[in-house]
Amino acid sequence: MLEIKNLHASINGKEILKGINLTVNAGEIHAIMGPNGSGKSTLSSVLVGNPAFEVTEGEVTFNGKNLLELSPEERSCEGLFLSFQYPVEIPGVSMVNFMRAALNEHRKYNNLPPVSASDFLKLMREKRAIVELDNKLASRSVNEGFSGGEKKRNEIFQMAMLEPKLAILDETDSGLDIDALRVVANGVNKLRTPENAAIVITHYQRLLDYIKPDVVHVLYKGKIVKTAGPELVLELEEKGYDWIKKEMGDE
Amino acid sequence: MQESNDILHEVTNNEYKYGFVTNVDTEVIRKGLDEEIVRIISAKKDEPEWLLEFRLKAFRYWQTLDMPTWAHLDIPPINYQDISYYAAPRKKEGPKSLDEVDPELLKTFDKLGIPLEEQKILSGMAVDAVIDSVSVKTTFKETLAEKGIIFCSFSEAVQHHPDLVQKYLGSVVSYRDNFFAALNSAVFSDGSFVYIPKGTQCPMELSTYFRINAANTGQFERTLIVADDESYVSYLEGCTAPMRDENQLHAAIVEIVAMERAEVKYSTVQNWYPGDKEGKGGIYNFVTKRGICKGESSKISWTQVETGSAITWKYPSCILAGDNSVGEFYSVAVTNNYQQADTGTKMIHIGKNTKSTIVSKGISAGHSQNSYRGLVKVVANAENARNHSQCDSLLLSSTCGAHTFPYVDIHNDTAIVEHEATTSKISEEQLFYCNQRGISTEEAVGLIVNGYAREVMNKLPMEFAVEAQKLLTISLEGSVG
Repeated sequence: MLEIKNLHASINGKEILKGINLTVNAGEIHAIMGPNGSGKSTLSSVLVGNPAFEVTEGEVTFNGKNLLELSPEERSCEGLFLSFQYPVEIPGVSMVNFMRAALNEHRKYNNLPPVSASDFLKLMREKRAIVELDNKLASRSVNEGFSGGEKKRNEIFQMAMLEPKLAILDETDSGLDIDALRVVANGVNKLRTPENAAIVITHYQRLLDYIKPDVVHVLYKGKIVKTAGPELVLELEEKGYDWIKKEMGDE
Repeated sequence: MQESNDILHEVTNNEYKYGFVTNVDTEVIRKGLDEEIVRIISAKKDEPEWLLEFRLKAFRYWQTLDMPTWAHLDIPPINYQDISYYAAPRKKEGPKSLDEVDPELLKTFDKLGIPLEEQKILSGMAVDAVIDSVSVKTTFKETLAEKGIIFCSFSEAVQHHPDLVQKYLGSVVSYRDNFFAALNSAVFSDGSFVYIPKGTQCPMELSTYFRINAANTGQFERTLIVADDESYVSYLEGCTAPMRDENQLHAAIVEIVAMERAEVKYSTVQNWYPGDKEGKGGIYNFVTKRGICKGESSKISWTQVETGSAITWKYPSCILAGDNSVGEFYSVAVTNNYQQADTGTKMIHIGKNTKSTIVSKGISAGHSQNSYRGLVKVVANAENARNHSQCDSLLLSSTCGAHTFPYVDIHNDTAIVEHEATTSKISEEQLFYCNQRGISTEEAVGLIVNGYAREVMNKLPMEFAVEAQKLLTISLEGSVG
């Protein structure tokens, strides 16, 4: 589904990603872990086409298409979704209008007619139940005045609405208490199918207690330095990232 | 969202879609402004002596005035002698019924989305269509007349209802009010006249569509709305003009009188040609609009969506004379490229327990300058006056300007006056967030701007709200990048 080859990317001339190689297949959940500043969030930003970052080398194909040639909105319509680490507030734009605009753009891209008002509201109701988001929240402005936990649940709600092929969860666990974490993780698990895939980016292992990864990668200094099965999570929990740093010849 | 797809299409392909010129034989009087011109205009309209006197008084007063310079506007010098003050499509020869309109003009209004054949109009809306200096057609006149409602062109009102016109003309906006009011009072051409009799709820929206067509002319229309005791009317005004490299002058007056427990709702969607991307051409829009809540518990509500004109100078105001009267002002003013707007309101509290609400939403983009200017005045005897003002500015570029000039002048200790203001900017992060969900940048701007202006848009009658929403998006085309 996703194939990243030798990806290099920089921001303001500073290279952050220094040759990433990664393959994600349908039905898989990949966890990307690593110490702060290793390039985890940069990787997610580059994949969704954040214009702040510049790709200097490498290739990314997504379902056979050259992802790097597509605009951010085309990437979205192709089925790529990012759950933002810090979802931005958009005052004045109701979640209903926002989601309807987004959903209809996706439908237009796939040559489908716009969703009817009643079907849309039904869909909203159904999907917000997945993350236990109440009706009031859905009628408020996008993320405005939402608590940290509500913002993250709102991200997963949008993911449920847009049914992406590949979802990237960028530090979705940060700032969540244990109950919110469970709600968010349950939501993600409910949306899992053999046809879609997810990349879970996290600093800690605790989210991975709820969302079980198939493959675990460790990102360090802009490169994937270790790839293994779920057992790697436990190993990291025990030994911390210092172990990786030592192995890499640092410290 | 077929609707928003259309918007997107228009946004990417469209500049000013009303910029065409209608090719009709037009009678234009010689350029210049002097007593003879005033007399010519009055004679063309076959006016009674008192009205000519009114015009002449105004003209003589205007000659003593200089153009005001206090607004936050950079107005190039205007040569008032280089403008023609009267232009009218010439009636074709031959025996015709009085009501017959040149098909070319019908086509023009069709093209503007304002069909003038009554059977073509779906929603309950009566229209007075004004092109340059004359009204060409007023629809549903007869239907309304059955209820005693007068809705006709101003010129017709002068002929058929001279008493009403004489009683109220200049009673809210005196010809001595300001430079442009004096100018308008001297040379005003057509506009609409509305009278709603006692206890009558006007059954349909009344609307006037103003169109400038001829070159090197100005439009100086005059609207007068009188709502008698316990009546209600909702009135809409729309305007467009051809794209031309030369600036054209528009100086109008609107007067509203609301008697006891009467309510007048006045909505404007102003879309005069704003000039091109380099700031060349466009309409200079200097307008005096004022209503008086004369009767007890009367209400006047102004709603305006201002997207057009190169320069806008406009302050729809309310004089709250009646006890318990209510004044409202809801405004969205959009400026893009090199447009300049200085707009706001005056709320003059005179009666007891009067209440006013001001909601102003400025949106600036490009190199434009957008100012809110407002006055809340409470006189000594106005017990328990209440005002709430909210002035928000949204910036879309780093080269535009947003300014707020709120004045309060309070002479009574029981007044409660509140003022809130915010300034915000559409951020890259907000746009990227929308992009990531599949929404293009242009559409995201449309969503954010319409969300921001929603409080005002909600006040517009349904048929206008959709148009106005599209207009907001189109006006900001290419403003983010």
